[in-house]
Amino acid sequence: MNVKKQFRDGLITNNPVLVQLLGMCSTMAITTTLFNGIGMGISVIIILTCSNIVISLVRKLIPDQIRIACYIVIVAGFVTIVDLLLQAYLPSLSESLGVFIPLIVVNCIILARAEAFASKNSVAASALDGIFQGLGYTVVLIVMCIVRELLGNGTFGGGLLGPDGAGIRILPEGTGALMLILPVGGFLTLGCLIALMQYLLRRHEEKKEAEKK
Amino acid sequence: MSFTGLVSISLGAILIQNFIFSQFLGICPFMGVSKKMDTALGMGIAVTFVMGIASVFCWLVNRFLLVPLGLGYMQTVAYILVIASLVQFVEMFLKKSIPSLYQALGIYLPLITTNCAVLGVVLLNTQNNYNFLESVVYGVTGGLGFLVAIVLFASVRERLELTGDPPRSFEGFPIALISAGLLALAFMGFSGLKVF
Repeated sequence: MNVKKQFRDGLITNNPVLVQLLGMCSTMAITTTLFNGIGMGISVIIILTCSNIVISLVRKLIPDQIRIACYIVIVAGFVTIVDLLLQAYLPSLSESLGVFIPLIVVNCIILARAEAFASKNSVAASALDGIFQGLGYTVVLIVMCIVRELLGNGTFGGGLLGPDGAGIRILPEGTGALMLILPVGGFLTLGCLIALMQYLLRRHEEKKEAEKK
Repeated sequence: MSFTGLVSISLGAILIQNFIFSQFLGICPFMGVSKKMDTALGMGIAVTFVMGIASVFCWLVNRFLLVPLGLGYMQTVAYILVIASLVQFVEMFLKKSIPSLYQALGIYLPLITTNCAVLGVVLLNTQNNYNFLESVVYGVTGGLGFLVAIVLFASVRERLELTGDPPRSFEGFPIALISAGLLALAFMGFSGLKVF
């Protein structure tokens, strides 16, 4: 087991959103305020870690043909728990994330990690994989939120900081490009982020090659 | 329920609140299967079909099973089970009776289970308290919206392959996302559309 490698995989070299291109629906849909991004990220970390642990525990008991259905039921169980907890303790978050909390069931990240990692590895490694992959997803969400909120609305930390939780105003009112808060902004911001990631990974590769020579 | 109400639900689902471009449901298959026109068309038809019948069955399950038993909190689990078994049934049915269509859809059929547009539409039906007819109309027209979006996007991408020469870092996925963004911008024009 290689904790350091798993950490780097989850956050950078094999980032679930930017490199594996999974879970894009929620990434683009809910990243309009920082509060949403952090809430969604933490929910996914919890669900991904728990489902990875359980799937890794029962991986030898499940017949191969129906494994996907079993994974979905296990994930759906955890999603329901998180959904109900949010409704009870954080109703404002639950309201602003809306249908995207129950939709974590079909978030490709969770099924992909179950299939590609938890069904083949030990419990401890799977738990770590869940935490790190979830963290990778959360970091992308937070970056998207900060960019879209700052450029689109001119504020920082909406839903969390500032008066009435409206966020701290950084750019003067009326200068924001409202487009970035709208659905279009989700596509554009994510496209640019993935391009940036491809650029950085390529530069890294080239540097390594140069060092070898 | 009046006829005009149904028309406004349909127009809303296809144009104004398009599942892809304004609600971000079903992005994964939308990006994954839109490289070629014919596969995009097949996927769109399959999704429309499954969304329609999933709306029917999930409405029945909710109305006659979950609500009377007070099991509303189990709705996510129940719906995903209904959808998974429906997709399985559709697959078996098509294999036996319409093999040509089955061959055309290929691996896309099982993938529909994890399409968030399908689970999304049934959850939204419940959330909006739609009656039976409204649910079915919303399901089918939501699927049609997906079909319109994926076909439009596939034709854009086919052109992009031929003529596009983006900067190296934007090659592949990022440029596709940005063109999808521009399409979404175009679809925003429909948001001013008032029905009746």
